[in-house]
Amino acid sequence: MSSPDVPTRGPARPGPYIISGVLLAIAIVVPLYVPAYSFDQPRLAGMPFFYWYQMMWIPVTACLVGISYWLVSKEDRRRHAAVQDRGNGGQER
Amino acid sequence: MTGVVVPLAAPDRPINGVALTIVILLFIVVAALGFLAARWRRGEETGLHSLDEWGLGGRGFGTWVTWFLLGGDLYTAYTFVAVPAAMWATGAVSGFFAVPYTIVLYPIVFLLMSRLWSVSHRHGFVTPADFVGGRYGSRTLSLAVAVTGIVATMPYIALQLVGIKAVLTVLGLGSAENVLLTDLPLIIAFVVLAAYTYTSGLRAPALIAVVKDLLIYLAVIVAVIYLPIKFGGWDNIFGAAQTKLGTVNPATGRPAGVFIPGAASYSAYWTLALGSALALFMYPHSITGVLATKSRNTIRKNAAVLPLYSLMLGFLALLGYVAIYAGTKPIDLNGAVNPQLVVPQLFLDHFPAWFAGIALAAIAIGALVPAAIMSIAAANLFTRNIYRDFIKPEATPKEEANVSKIASLVVKFGALIFVIAMDQSAAINMQLLGGIWILQTFPAIVAGLYTRWFHRWALFAGWAAGILYGTIAAYNVVNPVTKANFGGSIAAIPGTDVQVYIAVVAFAINLIVAAVLTAVFRAMKLPEGMDITRRSDYGADENDPKVAEIQREYPLAEPGSTV
Repeated sequence: MSSPDVPTRGPARPGPYIISGVLLAIAIVVPLYVPAYSFDQPRLAGMPFFYWYQMMWIPVTACLVGISYWLVSKEDRRRHAAVQDRGNGGQER
Repeated sequence: MTGVVVPLAAPDRPINGVALTIVILLFIVVAALGFLAARWRRGEETGLHSLDEWGLGGRGFGTWVTWFLLGGDLYTAYTFVAVPAAMWATGAVSGFFAVPYTIVLYPIVFLLMSRLWSVSHRHGFVTPADFVGGRYGSRTLSLAVAVTGIVATMPYIALQLVGIKAVLTVLGLGSAENVLLTDLPLIIAFVVLAAYTYTSGLRAPALIAVVKDLLIYLAVIVAVIYLPIKFGGWDNIFGAAQTKLGTVNPATGRPAGVFIPGAASYSAYWTLALGSALALFMYPHSITGVLATKSRNTIRKNAAVLPLYSLMLGFLALLGYVAIYAGTKPIDLNGAVNPQLVVPQLFLDHFPAWFAGIALAAIAIGALVPAAIMSIAAANLFTRNIYRDFIKPEATPKEEANVSKIASLVVKFGALIFVIAMDQSAAINMQLLGGIWILQTFPAIVAGLYTRWFHRWALFAGWAAGILYGTIAAYNVVNPVTKANFGGSIAAIPGTDVQVYIAVVAFAINLIVAAVLTAVFRAMKLPEGMDITRRSDYGADENDPKVAEIQREYPLAEPGSTV
C-alpha cells in the first residue's frame, strides 16, 4: 500500500450529523417503547390504538429518515466537492 | 364466487380453473422477463462474465430499480404467508411485531449501509465476508461470516418454496395420495427459476420484482379496502379477533393468543422487532441488494421510501384478523389445519376467481424474486470466500462468474430437496435458527465499518459463543402442544424470568466476549492482521477511483497483494 491515501471527502461539519442522529434515534427508540401504546382505546375507525399507532409510525419514520437523507446527502456532496476542488488544483488537471 | 370448477381424478380440493390459468399466465410472463433480463443494460465488452455483472447486476441500479429489488427481496412470499398466519393463529406478539421490526429497520440501514457500500465499491467487495476478510486480514473470520450466511440462507430459500406450495395447495393442485404429482408444479417452477437466474443473474429478479411488487400492491390495496366494507368495518373484525385470541386453549390452559400485549410480553415484543431488524441486513441477500446500487446514497434514499412496503405488510398482517372474522378454513391436503393457507384461502373465498388468481400469482412470483437473489448471494459467498480464498486464489473474474452460476444451481436444488424430502417444520426450525445465527455476524461486519479496535480472534470467539448459546437456547424451547424442541424464538434471559428474543441475548454474549477478549489479546500483543482498507474508503462515492485503478496509477504497490 505505497500509494498515498488521498482523502475522498473534506472535513465534516457536525451539525447535519447530530441532527440526523437525533432524528434516527427517535425513529428507533420510540416505536420500540411498548408501554406507550399497548392499549385498546382510543380506537380509530374501529382499530385499537395498539394497531393504528404502530401503523402511524411507518410514515413518521419514513419522514424522519427522509429529512436525515436530505441533510446528510447535502453535507456529503459538500465534502466531496471540497476535496475535488483541492484535488484538481494539486494534480494540475 | 369461484369460477369454473373442474373436478380432476380423485381430487382432495377442486381445481379453480380461472385462478389457476391466471397464475400460470403470469408465471409465463415473468419467466420470459427473467430470460430477457440478460440483455438489460448489459456491459458491452464483458457480457455477464464477472461477478460484478452476473452477481451484482453491473453495480448500477438506481433509486427506482433498487426500491423494487429490495422491496421484493426483503418482503418475501413467506412473509406474506407467515405473518398473517401468525396473526390468525396467535395474534400480536408473533405476528404484528413485523410492523415495528420493519419500522426500526430503516434508520438502522441508513446508519450502516452507505459505509459498507463505499468500502465495497472501492475494493470490489462482492460479499460481506469479502469486507471482513479485507478489514481484518483473517480468512478464518471471513469464512465464519460466509458459512453463517450460506447456512442461514438455505432454509430461507426453502421457505419461499413453502410459500409457493401454500398457493398451489389452495388452487387445488396436489393430492394427499400422489406425492410426486403434488410436487411436480413446484419442481417445474423451480427449474425455470434456476434457468433464468443462471443466464441473467441479478438482473432477472430485479426486473421480475417490478411486476411482482405492482401485483402485490394491487392485491393488498383492494383487499384492505373491500373486505372491511364487506364485513361491516374494522370494529367487527377486531371484535372477532379479540374473542378468538382470548379463548382459553384446553390443551395448554392458556389463551390462544395475544390481542394486545400485556406487561409480561413487552420485552419479547420489542426484542423480536429490534433483533430481527439488526439481523435482516446481515443476510447475504440484503447486502447483495445494497451492493448492486449505483452510488453511495442510493440506499439511504431508499431507506426513506421503502417503508411503503411496511405499510402494506401491516395491512396484510391485519388480513389475518379479517380471516378470523370471515371464518376462513385453512385445511391442508392431509385434513389438518395449516395457518399458512389463511391468506391464499381468504382471497379465493371472497374475490372473483380472476382477481384471486392475480393475488395468488403475486404471492407465488413473490417467492421467485427472493429465492433468486438468495441463491445468487449464497453462490457469491461460496465463490469468493471459499472457492477463491481456499481452493483457487488465482481465479479470473470469468471463472468466478462460472463457479457462482453453478453454485446458485446447487443451492436452489438443495433447498428444493429440503422442502420435498423433509418435513416443512424442519425448514421453519432451521429458518428460526438462521435468524439467530446471522445476527452473530453483526459485530464482525458492522464494528469493522467504524473501528478497527476489535481483535479478529476476539470477534471469532464472540461469534462462536453467540452461535453456541443461541442454538442451545432455541433447542430448549419446547412447544407446549406438540412437546417438540425448537418450539419458538423466545426464551428467558438466563438467571431471570424476562422473556426475550433468543438472538438478542446471544448477540449480547457475542459482544461481551468480543470486547473482553479484544482487551486481553491487545494486552498480549497478538498479531492484528493486515487491514487493506483505509479511512478514505469509507466515504468514497461512485466517481472516486477504485483501489484497482489507484494501484495502476501508482505501480509501486506490492504486486498481487490485492486487486
